[in-house]
Amino acid sequence: MARSVTSRRKALNTLVAWTIGLLIFFPILWTILTSFKTEAQAISDPPVFLFFDWTLENYAVVQERSNYMRFLWNSVIIAGGSTILGIIIAIPAAWSMAFVPSRRTKDILLWMLSTKMLPAVGVLYPIYLIFIQFGLLDNRFGLVVVLMLINLPIIVWMLYTYFKEIPGEILEAARMDGASLKEEILYVLTPMAIPGIASTILLNFILAWNEAFWTLNLTAVNAAPLTAFIASYSSPEGLFFAKLSAASTMAIAPILILGWFSQKQLVRGLTFGAVK
Amino acid sequence: MATQHSRSAARLMMAPAVILLLGWMLVPLTMTLLFSFKQYLPLRGGDLGWVGFDNYVRFVSSSAFWPSVVATLTIVGGVLLITIVLGVLLALLLDQPMWGQGIVRILVIAPFFVMPTVSALVWKNMFMDPVNGLFAHLWKFFGAEPVQWLSQASLESIILIVSWQWLPFATLILLTAVQSLDSEQLEAAEMDGAPKVKRFWFIILPHLSRAITVVVLIQTIFLLSIFAEIFVTTQGSFGSRTLTYLIYQRVLESQNVGLGSAGGVYAIILANIVAIFLMRIVGKNLDN
Repeated sequence: MARSVTSRRKALNTLVAWTIGLLIFFPILWTILTSFKTEAQAISDPPVFLFFDWTLENYAVVQERSNYMRFLWNSVIIAGGSTILGIIIAIPAAWSMAFVPSRRTKDILLWMLSTKMLPAVGVLYPIYLIFIQFGLLDNRFGLVVVLMLINLPIIVWMLYTYFKEIPGEILEAARMDGASLKEEILYVLTPMAIPGIASTILLNFILAWNEAFWTLNLTAVNAAPLTAFIASYSSPEGLFFAKLSAASTMAIAPILILGWFSQKQLVRGLTFGAVK
Repeated sequence: MATQHSRSAARLMMAPAVILLLGWMLVPLTMTLLFSFKQYLPLRGGDLGWVGFDNYVRFVSSSAFWPSVVATLTIVGGVLLITIVLGVLLALLLDQPMWGQGIVRILVIAPFFVMPTVSALVWKNMFMDPVNGLFAHLWKFFGAEPVQWLSQASLESIILIVSWQWLPFATLILLTAVQSLDSEQLEAAEMDGAPKVKRFWFIILPHLSRAITVVVLIQTIFLLSIFAEIFVTTQGSFGSRTLTYLIYQRVLESQNVGLGSAGGVYAIILANIVAIFLMRIVGKNLDN
């Protein structure tokens, strides 16, 4: 039985929800708006909301001064590389857990998850030492490996839940027809699991893009991604709100767009199946 | 039925992931454990030998320890309280029929995708700056003295920033749980004349209890180790030095690796206590 809803009630819901939604979104909106102001307008009292002289100058200045593209490229390499590497390692593991489960599968899954709970600060110095030893400090490859490792449990876990939904009989049929294990995974399982693999890639790309402990502590100049680039703005010099906003907008825009696509997978990816 | 052949293949397929994670866990953990029993000052003599439990005692008895525990608990507790209470209310609201539901959902979730350094810097400067921040303008508009947010109310400010980041997460998960609520039960209660508050208290809240537990546990693990938000706002000053930040300062800033490692071991133990509870819930769900 559907509950009848008066349109007055619906209008009220709409009003309240939109007000709250816009309030929560406001800091992001304000940052985007400020990025198009001049520095003087950015701090004007009373604040100007929409009626100011829109300018793209801040974007040009940020790019010129800090070589924004290099940080962006580092972010893409680090987040993309760690995600792809993680997927390559996780697909076979998730395959065996989903289709050839043993008594220990559950324990292994839970153990993998528990490595994710290890507080990063507890192993900061060892990792720092290892990085110095192997010349990985301020090196993109080093960060790719570390971010791959911290996200690997989530990747395995997400793939496992997606693979679980694929009937094992299809894989078995392929095996009967003489497909090798490699062919079975590469040509039968992977194409069927594309939506699941895609959302796993998406969510983990976002998590790696925003990671801000290892990227801040293990980079200096060469490998610094956008998280570190933004942190360098924490010591202000003169008027800088508009430039800070432009830099921030550029750092979050790609992820905000990707995030909208991934919102449905967020729950599955971050609660490990504990909420359905 | 899985054959013997596919079993050994499965083990082989799992090996890379298992070995990598095992190494990632054991190697640094063993090193931290070893360092924690040593007097280890990389810039002042290096490895100065074993000192037993000295570092553990010194870490706990330093004057910075208890304030850091208090700061940590205040931030974790404050953020949990705000995100759970507002999250439940928001989830119930978003479940109601309305126009443009999809867009409101996107607006509410957006902060989760903002990188921590950006949200910390934007809040610190554009909202909390005591001269040019929006809050200062707002306070002046109402004739009040602007607040020096990050120095006078550092913990509250950090709680505000972190809550803004984590509210979407709580809301989204609680919304998923609300949507799985059996509406017939609610309607039956409504027809029996149960008032709204009672329906919320006796039907909705019990139904959400598991989702709330999961949100609390997952958020606690992440909140115990927030770093960037403090790194770019107060650098741990004005009473905002959390346990994580204290350990970071001991290890990298004052380069007292032995002492910092002992602190790290405490942090690992603390995180594991929370993790055990989370694992239990997750494990139970795997069985069904």
